[in-house]
Amino acid sequence: MSDQLLFSIEAAINGLMTGILYALVALGFVLIFKASEIFNYAQGVMALFAALTLVGLQKGQVPFAELINAIFGTNIHEFGWEMPTALALLLTIGVMVLFAILVERIVLRHLVNQAPIILFMATIGLAFFMEGFGDLMWGSDIKALDIGLPKGLSETVDQTTFEWFGYGFFIDRLDVAAAIVAAVLVTALVLFSQYTRIGRALRAVADDHQAALSVGISLRLIWVIVWAVAGFVALVAGAMWGAKSGVQFSLSLIALKALPVLMLGGFTSIPGAIVGGLIIGAGEKLFELWVGPLIGGATENWFAYMLALVFLVFRPQGLFGEKIIERV
Amino acid sequence: MKLNRIAAVAFAALMAAGPALAELVVPSLSYRTGPYAPNGIPYADGFADYFTLLNERDGGIGGVKVRVLECETGYNTEKGVECYESTKGEGALVYHPLSTGITYQLIPKTLVDHIPVHSMGYGRTSAADGRIFKWVFNFPGTYWDAASIIVKHIKDQEGGDLNGKKLALLYHNSAYGKEPIRTLQELAKKHGYELTLLPVDHPGQEQKSQWLQIRRERPDYVIMWGWGVMNQVAIQEAANIRFPMDHFIGVWWSGSENDVLPAGDGADGYKAIAFHPPGTDAPLFADIKKYVLDAGKAAGDGSHFGEVLYNRGMYAAITVAEAIRTAQQMNNVKEITPTMMRDGLENLVIDAKRWEEIGWPGNPEIHVTCANHGGPGLGAIQQWDAKTKTWSLITPFMEADREVVDALIAEDAAAFAKENNITPRECK
Repeated sequence: MSDQLLFSIEAAINGLMTGILYALVALGFVLIFKASEIFNYAQGVMALFAALTLVGLQKGQVPFAELINAIFGTNIHEFGWEMPTALALLLTIGVMVLFAILVERIVLRHLVNQAPIILFMATIGLAFFMEGFGDLMWGSDIKALDIGLPKGLSETVDQTTFEWFGYGFFIDRLDVAAAIVAAVLVTALVLFSQYTRIGRALRAVADDHQAALSVGISLRLIWVIVWAVAGFVALVAGAMWGAKSGVQFSLSLIALKALPVLMLGGFTSIPGAIVGGLIIGAGEKLFELWVGPLIGGATENWFAYMLALVFLVFRPQGLFGEKIIERV
Repeated sequence: MKLNRIAAVAFAALMAAGPALAELVVPSLSYRTGPYAPNGIPYADGFADYFTLLNERDGGIGGVKVRVLECETGYNTEKGVECYESTKGEGALVYHPLSTGITYQLIPKTLVDHIPVHSMGYGRTSAADGRIFKWVFNFPGTYWDAASIIVKHIKDQEGGDLNGKKLALLYHNSAYGKEPIRTLQELAKKHGYELTLLPVDHPGQEQKSQWLQIRRERPDYVIMWGWGVMNQVAIQEAANIRFPMDHFIGVWWSGSENDVLPAGDGADGYKAIAFHPPGTDAPLFADIKKYVLDAGKAAGDGSHFGEVLYNRGMYAAITVAEAIRTAQQMNNVKEITPTMMRDGLENLVIDAKRWEEIGWPGNPEIHVTCANHGGPGLGAIQQWDAKTKTWSLITPFMEADREVVDALIAEDAAAFAKENNITPRECK
């Protein structure tokens, strides 16, 4: 095989891996949209908040330390202990469940039966609030996150591909770990949705709110569950991206990468989010590689949106989305 | 009784409205929120803490206290301009925009408002030509100086010959990131190296394509013009592909603790150019600790004390304070106007003796002149030690390639003068 072809294959594989990370963020949007038709603008900030909480708990950081110090004139920053990762993960899940309950109590409960645009606006407000709240609670420093996942070049892949093709492929071990985590997560979500009572209730609400309510399903409980699951997905996405670049405000901007994935895969489909992520990931890498140099490079951001727009022209509901038919 | 009360209130109001205490107003366009806050916070802390030191230890500058007027820009150009407009009426003496985007917006305003702008080591490079940019300063060095010094360092490492070598520029795809391209291209013609350009889109969270290309083309050196998360991701990716870190060199905005710490041991050996020394090994830092941090008067929580960007904020504050002092001496007054401040900046001299008096020896001398608002254009290379988590200077401060850089500055400044109908000033 020619060098060019091998390099393209390497770029495509890396793109697919990155696409899985995009899909992780997109999954959170899909879960909430599917169950409540709310486009949750705060999903990116939820990923940031979850990652900040995880690393804060892990490192024994005192929450709201700056505020406490400013009010009481103290100088405390850390508890002086480090928490095992597993325990920190469990506690962070607890925080995200609490967050879901509070969102339902304080925001969503008061907006039942409002138009989707009102709920969308509410999530914009929630995003800004969470940004400030996360800053106040954990500070705005960049925090290195180590949850025990491997990082860097996979020597096995490098050596094996070198023996086969005379060209060693680069695969980041963190990306492989993220792909495995994403696969487990998606399988768990599908099993949860197909084979549990709550999962069936979630699907019923997703299919028809009114019908679900008429058979006694509590919409408010469903919202709490959905937001809690989306919070868990946000934690996974935040931890994976945080392990790559450190936990910092920019994590919230990864939501921008999830939008074209959703447009492509459809807002209501879990497999759609995965397939959309894979297409965007591989597509943007190959486009940057072959077309980028001809037009000045840095094509990855706009290419994803351009591809999504092209799809919209031919299939407005996305690859796997439900076709909306409104009869007059 | 009622009349008495009214009289008392009127008297109190009269007292409050009496002559205001003299003060020197220095705005600080900071960003403590948003994606760039991790860089904005240490800088703003260092800037404010130095003035607190002067107020607490010396009673201000020339007996007049300094009031730092902080305004949050979020590193957003529109908000930065709003900050400028809302603070200029308070007697602002000089603006440090801390953003190339905001600097570009303020340059035309300086011609109308007559308040100097000091874009210290950023902004429009050709503003170094004081004959055309009367109100703008960018000393102690420009991006073009930085690019040429990095190339000089690479040349030194390669035994003085860059012929046939491959250099790659990994840059933030913005006005800031594109600044060094022309200089590096001119230097490529002069030294015979091959230059590859690798733009990274904002914010730079995903750079796999660029690093796969680097891994494939194996450039001898990678130069980085990044900011924010782009720096951390680039250093992590370099470590991932096992790029030799001592062949990876960043500009002075890509060389702080924030950039290297997330990559852990992988960042060991990474280099960046600097225009001031890192660390706290100077008497000035002991004073900051004693009069500001330990006295509970620090702008932040003190956790950034001595970090590269904290020191840079202090460095910026020192240039402001010394220019105020110069203006006071030139005009024999204590309170100065923005016009006097401009003159102070243009006649600023911080020689080795003065740096010693300030308490931070080891910094290069600064001699600003009417024609040269960008000098001295010196830079040293600092290297990161992941084990001790410290930066150290590994070269002396070196001079930029004046032959190449000055010609480019003259060309760009002349183009600006033509576009804006500016007749260059005569400088003696």
